[in-house]
Amino acid sequence: MLPKEYRTINNLSGPLMMVEKVTDVRYDELVEIELSSGEKRRGRVLEVTSDMALVQVFEGTTGIDVKTTKATFLGKVLTLPVSRDILGRAFNGRGDPIDGGVPILPEKRLDVNGYPMNPYSRDYPSEFIQTGISTIDGMNPLVRGQKLPVFSGSGMPHNNIAAQIARQSTVLSGQETFAVVFAAMGITFEEASFFMEDFRRTGAIERTVMFLNLADDPAIERIMTPRLALTCAEYLAFDLDMHVLVILTDMTNYCEALREISAARKEVPGRRGYPGYLYTDLATMYERAGRLKGKSGSITQIPILSMPEDDKTHPIPDLTGYITEGQIILSRSLHRKGIYPPVDVLPSLSRLKDKGIGAGKTREDHADLLNQLFAAYARGKEAKELATILGEGALTEEDKAFAAFSDAFEDKYVRQGEYENRSIEETLDLGWELLTLIPTRELKRVRDAYIEKYLKPKIKQDNEGEVKEAVAQNA
Amino acid sequence: MANIVGVISRISGPLVVASGMSGTSMYEVVRVGELGLVGEVIELKGDTASIQVYEETSGLKPGEPVVATGAPLSIELGPGLIEQIYDGIQRPLNIIESETQSPYIPRGITLPALDREKKWDFEPRVKAGEDVEPGAILGVIRETVLVEHRVILPPGISGKVKDIKSGTFTVEDVITVIEGDDCAHEVRMLQRWPVRQPRPVARRLPPVVPLLTGQRVIDTFFPIARGGTACVPGPFGSGKTVIQHQLAKWADAEIVVYIGCGERGNEMTDVLLEFPELEDPRTGEPLMKRTILIANTSNMPVAAREASVYTGITLAEYYRDMGYSVALMADSTSRWAEALREISGRLEEMPGEEGYPAYLGTRLASFYERAGRAICLGKDQREGSITVIGAVSPPGGDLSEPVSQNTLRVTKAFWGLDANLAYQRHFPAINWLDSYSLYVDRLGEYWDERYDGEWSTLRTEAMSILEDEDRLREIVRLVGIDALSKEERLLLETAKSLREDFLHQNAFHEIDTYASMDKQFRMLRNILTFHHVATEALKRGAQLKDVTELEVRDKITRMRYIDEKELETLDALEEEIKAQVGQLVPAEDDIYVA
Ligand SMILES: Nc1ncnc2c1ncn2[C@@H]1O[C@H](COP(=O)(O)OP(=O)(O)OP(=O)(O)O)[C@@H](O)[C@H]1O
Ligand SMILES: Nc1ncnc2c1ncn2[C@@H]1O[C@H](COP(=O)(O)OP(=O)(O)O)[C@@H](O)[C@H]1O
Ligand SMILES: [Mg+2]
Ligand SMILES: [Mg+2]
Repeated sequence: MLPKEYRTINNLSGPLMMVEKVTDVRYDELVEIELSSGEKRRGRVLEVTSDMALVQVFEGTTGIDVKTTKATFLGKVLTLPVSRDILGRAFNGRGDPIDGGVPILPEKRLDVNGYPMNPYSRDYPSEFIQTGISTIDGMNPLVRGQKLPVFSGSGMPHNNIAAQIARQSTVLSGQETFAVVFAAMGITFEEASFFMEDFRRTGAIERTVMFLNLADDPAIERIMTPRLALTCAEYLAFDLDMHVLVILTDMTNYCEALREISAARKEVPGRRGYPGYLYTDLATMYERAGRLKGKSGSITQIPILSMPEDDKTHPIPDLTGYITEGQIILSRSLHRKGIYPPVDVLPSLSRLKDKGIGAGKTREDHADLLNQLFAAYARGKEAKELATILGEGALTEEDKAFAAFSDAFEDKYVRQGEYENRSIEETLDLGWELLTLIPTRELKRVRDAYIEKYLKPKIKQDNEGEVKEAVAQNA
Repeated sequence: MANIVGVISRISGPLVVASGMSGTSMYEVVRVGELGLVGEVIELKGDTASIQVYEETSGLKPGEPVVATGAPLSIELGPGLIEQIYDGIQRPLNIIESETQSPYIPRGITLPALDREKKWDFEPRVKAGEDVEPGAILGVIRETVLVEHRVILPPGISGKVKDIKSGTFTVEDVITVIEGDDCAHEVRMLQRWPVRQPRPVARRLPPVVPLLTGQRVIDTFFPIARGGTACVPGPFGSGKTVIQHQLAKWADAEIVVYIGCGERGNEMTDVLLEFPELEDPRTGEPLMKRTILIANTSNMPVAAREASVYTGITLAEYYRDMGYSVALMADSTSRWAEALREISGRLEEMPGEEGYPAYLGTRLASFYERAGRAICLGKDQREGSITVIGAVSPPGGDLSEPVSQNTLRVTKAFWGLDANLAYQRHFPAINWLDSYSLYVDRLGEYWDERYDGEWSTLRTEAMSILEDEDRLREIVRLVGIDALSKEERLLLETAKSLREDFLHQNAFHEIDTYASMDKQFRMLRNILTFHHVATEALKRGAQLKDVTELEVRDKITRMRYIDEKELETLDALEEEIKAQVGQLVPAEDDIYVA
């Protein structure tokens, strides 16, 4: 049966278009729209009744008129044609090649919505990825198959961090085939070319697939872009056994596109105008990360989002944090101090670290050390706060030691170069070195055996007498 | 009777509207479209039914059939439930995997929840000729090493046992025939129950016995009783799931039902992989042998998420009716409420606060109301209980939102998680000043009987030290530490010890993860003994620095790592504390007596 054409378009509103007197239209099916100019657009059925279909037009409804525009229902959902040749290619946000290359000769076509993974079929991610960044490897370790977003804000170096992760990531067990899938949603050309340049320089471009919806591309298309990317990632990971790193940026633009559709449909909004189903919608994407039993590939997701007004309780970071397996939060105040990467380690978290670190994976002392560094840094920051109110004099000797620790921690541990690739041993040893700044008896989160083995007292030439004293106590 | 068949007239996400449905009833299960997707009627107007569909509706079209099944949403009950993992409408996820040979969940799949082939050893407990009433135990089956499955006569049936079998049977075999007043009832191990209808009990009882969790901040500070309700609200990453997992692992319930409701897939995988390996501290058997999992993760269909909590609580009631103490964890009830909101929005109902339907409060209340301690149906008056612990995920961690508020109204223990504590990795991040448990008085009596009346005193003193700390810290913040006397500074030290050496508990440390009440009690007593003797020593002239730097303080720090089998070392430590502090007091203490 040939797909039927309709000229019964009625009621255009925002990105939505109503087509009347339709028959045999399926929920969620793909629509092709032909304007009188011959321009073709794509859309998707959002709601259907016995004689009417509500269509979301990816490229927007500008220029569509109710008289001459034709809508054809294609009888299938949006699919992505895939084959091994997809590596090294670039597509737009709808999945059409934009690199001048030929279309993919499909080995198969995959439904971009995917299917929910059976939790029974998952394998628990536990393989440590060394990113070379201490605040991640030491404090918030990433494992293969994890979804770990970066919460950032405008003007902060989230792209540099994501590129550094993509560049430096290795697993300690050795070489395996990896790939990068990069999805851009509404970011600027400049930002996108920063990534492309970086991938090109390192040679990763050969193993990268890009889906680019830039700031001046149709906003509604952004709804599909990450889904195309994840479909591609699933193919690479679970059909071709690759370890895939997916970078999705910027999820905030995605959510705004979703809000636009919701508003056009006049749905009852949830918080701050975002639809009530934002959580579920985001989950259907973020949950497409992980490992599967009996498959050697994996999908590791690094979504990047900018927090409106640096507010992590804003619905986008909030709902993301409720779904992802932790978060890396960037701090504007560290950024202002000139510290790169400005990772705010206290509110950052990796939920999958517990099974990814320790003897045989990183080092036996890793978990204890990380807990101790968190506790000491928290206490040091608190002491510094107290000092700003009451002056240094109000601090006890111990508090002063903790305050000195937290400064040193930011300066030596958090701060590192954009091209500095620290091994996990270097990161761990650095942590122990910093712990010499506080009295040993305060190291309650680490086992005695590890203190004996790893804590190497080192008296530093320091101006502050108190600190020296505290260090001396350790010896 | 021929089934009613209607026709789809509208599809909007998980909501499908069908016409020609007159004769169906509310909450009746229907099969939607050519694929036969499972759905439930949630609104009826004339001959039009609104249906929430438990599977992805993509590809459905108006005109496809909707077939009514005549039955409300029900689950299967019988041996074989334990150790299973089901989705929100009780489809077995492990069987789905083996049937489809795929790691993804397909649509339109129907599989029985209970294995039809498997044979169980049925041992009768009634004799032919005996009179039996609803709730009577007809016989027992060894379901797992930990669970004796009691086949009970379902509510609504009574009479004389006509014939009772003994031997191995499948769940569908008739095991007994009961001669009722007007007809004979064939009884099988397999029974069904509509999930939205609470199972009846003979009589409800107030909760008075603690449900031990092995978590110090819970058992000692904010305890929960068997048959009680608790809520765990907190922002993301504050430790709701870890608390729920800890309770599922270590709570001294006989049956655990764990519902992953709209949360992460990997968290269910974690349980699936870990529980068969973990030993129950009381029986030494794998924890999985008493556990049922319901997994309707965030990416699975939203309507089935709504159903999952009912599926879970009905399973809990079934085991309660056998006379067991059941603990049910739901992570997270907020996701359930959001599912309710999404469906309500699609029905274009008048929204209440933040878009949630106006009936959110009553739905939450009636869910928690299914918890409780009760005398079950049946002559033997056996007692069973369901303890419900619900996680709440308030947007931005702000408890003023409707789900938190409505939950607080109906739950009796409140474990409020604090983001700041979590940032410092003080876990469990239960805020000791805001949290409460209304079971404290009742359970205090219980523990005082076992610990010579000391338990409540210790607990109250510890709480008041923590409250004083809060006040003193405020002073320090305003005017500095020098404003405090040395006794006050000691109190700060003790409060810190309470926080760091007692309340803080690492879920991932092989020993610290679980503490018996014997251990908790001794740990707390030692911390407070130190406080008492040290205060006394300060009064008699000892220096604060000397007191706080005593070697026993290191031992107090390490109490948590003492094995359950060596608790007598904690008693020895108490003596050592007294001895070491005692030595600090200047020999001629009469200087200070004046
Ligand atoms: N009752 C409380 N509820 C929530 N958070 C609290 C409470 N009491 C303390 N905190 C938090 O706990 C953190 C750590 O407390 P604290 O500073 O006392 O620990 P510490 O530095 O290790 O001990 P010390 O008091 O000796 O400095 C503080 O940042 C504070 O925000
Ligand atoms: N009792 C605990 N001991 C050690 N770590 C914990 C504990 N509770 C929580 N955590 C840490 O906090 C992280 C987040 O906890 P989780 O329960 O997943 O939070 P939520 O469910 O509230 O989002 C965990 O991955 C773990 O690292
Ligand atoms: Mg402090
Ligand atoms: Mg959680």
